[in-house]
Amino acid sequence: MIRFVLMVNRQGQTRLSRYYTPVDLNRRAALEADVVRCCLNRKKDQCSFVEYQDFKLVYRQYAALYIVVGVSDGENELSIYELVHNFVEVLDKYFSRVIMFNLDRVHIILDEMIQNGHIVETNKNRILAPLSAIDKMADG
Amino acid sequence: MSDVVEKTLTALPSLLSLDSQPGSAKLSSTSKLGNLIRGITELTSKHEEEKLIQRELTSIKDQVSSPNTSMRQMKELMVRAIYCEMLGYEASFSYIHAIKLAQQGSVLDKRVGYLAVSLFLNESHELLLLLVNTVLKDLQSTNLIEVCMALTVVSQMFPKDMIPAILPLVEDKLNHPKEIIRRKAVLALYKFYLIAPNQVQHIHNKFRKALCDKDPGVMTASLHIYLQLIKENSEGYKDLTASFVTILKQVVGGKLPMDFNYHSVPAPWLQIQLLRILSLLGKNDQSTSEIMYEVLDESLRRAEMNHNITYAILYECVKCIYTIQPKSELLEKAAKCIGNFVLSPKINLKYLGLKALTYVVQQDPKLALQHQMTIIECLDHPDLIIKRETLELLFRITNGQNVTVIVEKMLDFLRISKDDYTTIDLVGKVAELAEKYAPDNEWFIETMNTVFSLGGDMMQPDIPNSFLKLLSEGFDSDEEDRKLRLFAVDSYVSLLQSEPNKLPQRFLQVISWVLGEYSHLSAELEPATVMTLLSKLLDLKHTSSETKSWVLMAMTKLCEGGVAISVAQDIYETHSSSMDTVLRQRAQELQHLSQDSELRGRVLPRDAGLMPLEVDSSLSFLDGFVSEALAAGAAPYKPPHQRQEELAQAKALSLEPYSLSLPISMSSCSIADRQSPTLMSMSSGLSGDSTDLSHKGGSTTLKLDGVKRVWGREGYLAQREPVEETAQVEVPSPLRSPSQQAEADSTQSQTPTPTVTPELEQDKQQLASSLFVGLGSQSSVCLMGKSDPTPQRFRRKAQGRASSSGASEKTPTSLGSTPSPVDNLLCNSLLDSNLVSEPTNQTPQASQSLDTTNGNCHEELTDVKENNPSLIHNNEEPDKPKDLCLSSHLPTELSGLSHSEITPLCSNQSVNLSACHVQKEDSLQLVIFIFNSSDSALQQMQLQVDSGELKLSLITDSPVEEVRSHSVAVCHYSVTVKRPSVHVEVLGMLSYQLPGGTPQTIQFSHKLPLTTFIRPLTLSTEEYGSMWLAFSQDTKQNLTLINDDQDPLTTTLNVLKKKLQLHVVEIIGVEGIVACQLVQDQPCLMHCRVHAGTLAVWLRSPVPDLPDCLLYHCQRALQEH
Repeated sequence: MIRFVLMVNRQGQTRLSRYYTPVDLNRRAALEADVVRCCLNRKKDQCSFVEYQDFKLVYRQYAALYIVVGVSDGENELSIYELVHNFVEVLDKYFSRVIMFNLDRVHIILDEMIQNGHIVETNKNRILAPLSAIDKMADG
Repeated sequence: MSDVVEKTLTALPSLLSLDSQPGSAKLSSTSKLGNLIRGITELTSKHEEEKLIQRELTSIKDQVSSPNTSMRQMKELMVRAIYCEMLGYEASFSYIHAIKLAQQGSVLDKRVGYLAVSLFLNESHELLLLLVNTVLKDLQSTNLIEVCMALTVVSQMFPKDMIPAILPLVEDKLNHPKEIIRRKAVLALYKFYLIAPNQVQHIHNKFRKALCDKDPGVMTASLHIYLQLIKENSEGYKDLTASFVTILKQVVGGKLPMDFNYHSVPAPWLQIQLLRILSLLGKNDQSTSEIMYEVLDESLRRAEMNHNITYAILYECVKCIYTIQPKSELLEKAAKCIGNFVLSPKINLKYLGLKALTYVVQQDPKLALQHQMTIIECLDHPDLIIKRETLELLFRITNGQNVTVIVEKMLDFLRISKDDYTTIDLVGKVAELAEKYAPDNEWFIETMNTVFSLGGDMMQPDIPNSFLKLLSEGFDSDEEDRKLRLFAVDSYVSLLQSEPNKLPQRFLQVISWVLGEYSHLSAELEPATVMTLLSKLLDLKHTSSETKSWVLMAMTKLCEGGVAISVAQDIYETHSSSMDTVLRQRAQELQHLSQDSELRGRVLPRDAGLMPLEVDSSLSFLDGFVSEALAAGAAPYKPPHQRQEELAQAKALSLEPYSLSLPISMSSCSIADRQSPTLMSMSSGLSGDSTDLSHKGGSTTLKLDGVKRVWGREGYLAQREPVEETAQVEVPSPLRSPSQQAEADSTQSQTPTPTVTPELEQDKQQLASSLFVGLGSQSSVCLMGKSDPTPQRFRRKAQGRASSSGASEKTPTSLGSTPSPVDNLLCNSLLDSNLVSEPTNQTPQASQSLDTTNGNCHEELTDVKENNPSLIHNNEEPDKPKDLCLSSHLPTELSGLSHSEITPLCSNQSVNLSACHVQKEDSLQLVIFIFNSSDSALQQMQLQVDSGELKLSLITDSPVEEVRSHSVAVCHYSVTVKRPSVHVEVLGMLSYQLPGGTPQTIQFSHKLPLTTFIRPLTLSTEEYGSMWLAFSQDTKQNLTLINDDQDPLTTTLNVLKKKLQLHVVEIIGVEGIVACQLVQDQPCLMHCRVHAGTLAVWLRSPVPDLPDCLLYHCQRALQEH
């Protein structure tokens, strides 16, 4: 099961966070800082999966942006690693420019892909269909 | 046609045809959010960030509450609020506006409103209720986008209690022509299943329809539900295996539309999901496994592309092949696959390979042999994660021959690891291995020393518990026991002599206990020396008071001889004035027992560990004390649940309808808790026969035989099963060093390893042979189920088997206050000596005098008796004649029926009130007897009865007003239940006048168990089905299954039937349905399913609280059985 998805920059600032298991608001910042520290400290040639507390972190780096996914122990890490890439490809397909100012849309896309900690859609067209429809309506 | 609908239609093509229409992302870098983000990015300190965000929040707050803010602006504000919360700054003022935005906004604004709600609120937030109407409206909207949004938010979060309001609408959407709506509806139902499975119980066939949907997306969504269902009960879905296999076959065969591909691999995550489902279905089931062999083979074959995602599928496939019933051909291919993983230069694949290997070596240890050189390389890998995973693998292949090497590697890792979770985990594993495979005493004690030192105070408390249990219980040979203990003592003494201040508290506690118990085994060790060593611990600054208490207890056992006594005296002087009451108590005991060696010998007998201790759990030795306190006017003890109940009743306005209700407290405490020892001792005090009673109590008395063995741990008990192998225990020679062992075994392990390259350095090969020794020989035959060829060294004695479970378990933390049975005994004897002057056995006269001085108290005591009919039974002898004569006064219509025992309610000089009841089909008949014991008639008598839970109606034609001297009047009531409660109570008051006297009143209360109101409800399965759906109140819980013969379900249900008069409607396989009613016409249905060794029951009724109450009585009935 997926516990959370984080997008952070190299400075450790959170760009997006989505939790699928309840975590108190006041504990999140500390958890995120710790998680990011765990991933940023690792070298390029090291494994993309990190043990963290009683679960695992799967992280992937895109230029200055890190995407970190917290998963429970039984999860297939490599499939999550590729899920991150799929997510990035979807973002790439939708956004022509900087995505970080479109927090709401990134969330909407993520909501189409992951719900309740489970992967619910991976087909890029289908992931984007609701958002594209919304955009169309807003334009027209 | 409305504007909105038109808009929808124009938007539809892209929605439905799913053409790729790249969205036109708004360039919002000039927006306020953009400014905020940029502002934050440029900041350098946390303090500045806080200031900036607070400013931002104030500005958002001002704007959201302004009436002029448009929805578009509101959306902008919400996104900023989301951003602030994401950084950890609460923006709770905006929650209500998020809901408003979802309600009133259009399209994107609405979506952002929903998004904000799902990010801001948790599932139990009360504001979520305000969203229900909006969702309801949107689900009915003609605008598909709005329907989509509503379904999306519903499948993320929805108030459980409101599901019925939208369920029909969501169900409807399953038939919607558009796939995206159907898909989202399935996901919403999945959410409902997760939060309230009973609500969607009736639409399981619709899940099947979704599984067969022509659209792959809808089918995929339904798999989430099936994975969950099959996890819970794989038996129920075996018939779907063929369908899952067909689906997987089509996916693997590339039958899905192209856009389901990810890097040319068809729907990889769907494949993974299907493989997970298949492995659950095929586990331990040969015929089901056979259905899937072909498709698994094809999956392995197709996934040959060199891409991460194909490896992810392969990993899942390998896991599946090793989970289901084995097929050698597939196992071979899977093993080859794992080889590719492990040998891959890509680190992520190597990791996954190790993980797969760890999973499969449990079935096939030979595989580890094939990859031993890779494993050794991984063991020295610079990446700790790889190293850690390798240790996990080695842990699984540990046996008696390689244990020393593997444990050494694990301890090495522990020494460099700084992560608490890893430490706790690894320490536990080392302890487990050490106990299972220890080659000799020295190694075992030394390894455990390292475990205790490294594990510190973080490790699981059962590690020291288990260790001490092992030491104290011993094994089959007394001589071995002595050697092990002696070695421990010697090792601890030398530890204390060197650097005790570096040892963690837990370890010090273990040391204290062992030295206290066993230091006498060492001939050259004077008790005084040990005492002095221990006393140094008391002076250390960091020693916790819990540890000090252990130290003092150990000293109490040791204080023998002149020097020791003087040390004890010193200790007493320093600690008798300690601020810590426990320490003061220990110091007192030390002082007291060091003076009186005869008492000490009795209280703390040597080697007490071997003798089972009888514990008087009814605390009957306190009876005298209790009755004295009661006589002095103290309030009688009430068990916590009763106090809670009364508290709930006392509360005039309960704002939390559920928080104090019984079932919650009930589930948290076991039945054994509820029948508190004090409750029993009170009734026993009255009967004047306490010791006898505690035995007669039978099931209610806690029998903790062999309480000495508080160090229980279930895990190891199973390991002792093959007792016949005892003869082999000593096989590994304790004197062999690992390297010698390695040489000796190298020939054996070299042969089956073709992968070994000759140029590998000598030491690696040596390491390999010592690591993988013992794997080669037996593994080739045994593919499934890891057989354990090396017998355990520390085989516990058989007597330990029953002790470690449940109630008798104690943790050392609790030992701080009531440390060890030895101490209980001590406290026991001290108290006894204080109470010598008190009569321990209450005579009947004494209890009667109690009655007259304190009428209330008597009532309480009778209540207590009422709760425990079995207790009264044995002690009611003196009342018998009266009982007989009273029963002759039963109303004629009841005379032929069997009635309950006649229990006294209350009495004074002139009247005695007692009651009994008769169960009739439609009601309970309550009869109250009024016996006039005075010499004159009672006049103007009036009996009033009332109850919050019951409806009582008088059956006797005219109320009795007068009772002649020494005669009996009878009041007869018909009783039904108004409001169910676990115990129902009748409160009554009798007023009367003696000739020439003043009016008098006497009050009583009479408790009736709810079970007396339960009647069987005879109905057919069909009727049951339709009633089930109509009932709204429900409760679920797991009950203990009675496991004494072939069919535990039938046995358990029969017990319930017998004890509670339930009607068993039908039993099919592992499920059974049961029905009953509470008089009058208050049905309750029960659905039982055997699951994982427990009985999962689910009760439904139209009457609030009834399911909970009935559940309580079921629990009790089974517990008493």
